Amino acid sequence: MSGTSLKVTNTIDQSAPPSLRIDDAPREANERNLFSDFAGPVIVFILFIGFWYLLSTKLLPPQKRFLLPTPHRVVDEGFLTWSAGTQRGLKPILISLWDSVKVAVIGLFITIIIGTALATLMATRRWMERATWPYLVALQSAPILAMTPLIRALIDGIQLQRILVVVLIAFFPIVNNTLFGLLSVDTSQHELFSLHGASKFTRLRKLQFPAAMPNIFVGLRISAGLSVIGAVVGDFYFRQGGVVGIGAQIDIYRGRLWGAELIAAIILASIFGLVVFILFGLLSKVAIGKWHTTTRGR
Amino acid sequence: MAAALAFNNVGMTFPDGTKALGGVSFEINPGEFVTVVGPSGCGKSTLLRIASNLETETDGKCEVDRNSIGYVFQDATLLPWRTVRKNIELIAELHGINSDDRTKLAQDAINLVGLTGFEEKYPRQLSGGMRMRASLARSLVMKPEVFLFDEPFGALDEITRERLNDELLRLFQLEGFAGLFITHSISEAVYMSTKVLVMSARPGQIVDSFDIPFEYPRAHSLRYEPKFAEICGQVSLALRGALV
Repeated sequence: MSGTSLKVTNTIDQSAPPSLRIDDAPREANERNLFSDFAGPVIVFILFIGFWYLLSTKLLPPQKRFLLPTPHRVVDEGFLTWSAGTQRGLKPILISLWDSVKVAVIGLFITIIIGTALATLMATRRWMERATWPYLVALQSAPILAMTPLIRALIDGIQLQRILVVVLIAFFPIVNNTLFGLLSVDTSQHELFSLHGASKFTRLRKLQFPAAMPNIFVGLRISAGLSVIGAVVGDFYFRQGGVVGIGAQIDIYRGRLWGAELIAAIILASIFGLVVFILFGLLSKVAIGKWHTTTRGR
Repeated sequence: MAAALAFNNVGMTFPDGTKALGGVSFEINPGEFVTVVGPSGCGKSTLLRIASNLETETDGKCEVDRNSIGYVFQDATLLPWRTVRKNIELIAELHGINSDDRTKLAQDAINLVGLTGFEEKYPRQLSGGMRMRASLARSLVMKPEVFLFDEPFGALDEITRERLNDELLRLFQLEGFAGLFITHSISEAVYMSTKVLVMSARPGQIVDSFDIPFEYPRAHSLRYEPKFAEICGQVSLALRGALV
């Protein structure tokens, strides 16, 4: 993990293939066919599993094969075994995953509150934007992991340290996208509000925030994904006895050479990220799907 | 009778030194519909922006009750996240009208512009003409004494435009507001107005004025009468003169 700087260089939501984006523009019926909607993903899945078998039985040198057990062994030992001996089976994986989920969710919640508040201040007070923007850019370019020794030294309490890592990693996309949305309102719509003597607060509430919602949701989705990464990565660096996060658990499995549990834990951590992504996609659809459509050329 | 809107020698010089308007004077009484035509960039829209206080004149004075202005923009400027009904309630909302009165006023305006049945649609589900009707209704809710129109039908196809011209004239007769209308179309100007003003290129000045003698209500067929064509011709000539 050394050298991972977790830079967010692009805040445009590229994380889903076009046909999976929740806020996809309605497509015509004849464009939907069995192959592209179902057969495609299934074929890719089969190819992936086939490659995995090939890798763990043929391609990897024999002395490394224990780290990448075959898919059926992972399913059998990692998912279908509930609990065996100390730390083996699905149960300890889920316990540590739940531990990380809590950290990610609390961190994301704090990020949303502080990030949105800061973006609102920046949108309504120009000096505030000028004063904070350079440092926000610096923060998002800084390798958060390089700060872990400092965080460990300055902050007491493992939970607080882990949450702080999540906030630091997830912070920028929320602020950036919210600010961009708040400042992208149509001039004539602003003038409409000026004509009728709207206060700054009314303007924010009835014009800028609703108009910014599509951007805010893009920021939310990116930050939500990053909060998962932040939680998992934070686990590697901040852990103590007792229950550990999924990141730490993965490291333990690696150390004990438990390949099946290792892979199962990685898969579950990824599913967690996927669930968060889909959840925010649905949330976005519920909140703005009625009026907002994405457009694209053909 | 006091004028509803009066420009007294109004001039406008922007901070960058651009002189947009040079000494414009005219008055609009209640029940008058005045249209300004002029070359692109002559400061026609600036007139409306001054009247509505979006800009402040640098010379002269514009007198109007700013609490009773309706402003219809070039595009409908509907808020896409609000339904037609909620959009039409917006201005009443900004003026602090309570919810019950607002609903009633909005429904009246919706019926008046013929959007009944479309109240719960979102703007993206409407055609351009219907969006403009919604925009008109939104301003009508507060029953303004002065109505400012900034090329509202410029982006619409000709048939829709002519239909909306008739709709607007009907509203004008019904509500009796003072109208100030900006357009590029000479026939639209003559068809709608009690008076057509011709503006020169920048800095904009009123160089000619035509009283339009036709009685209201005006029928669509008026556009094909010789007298109508003659007046259009005169305005067109004046406009050509204003260009040089």
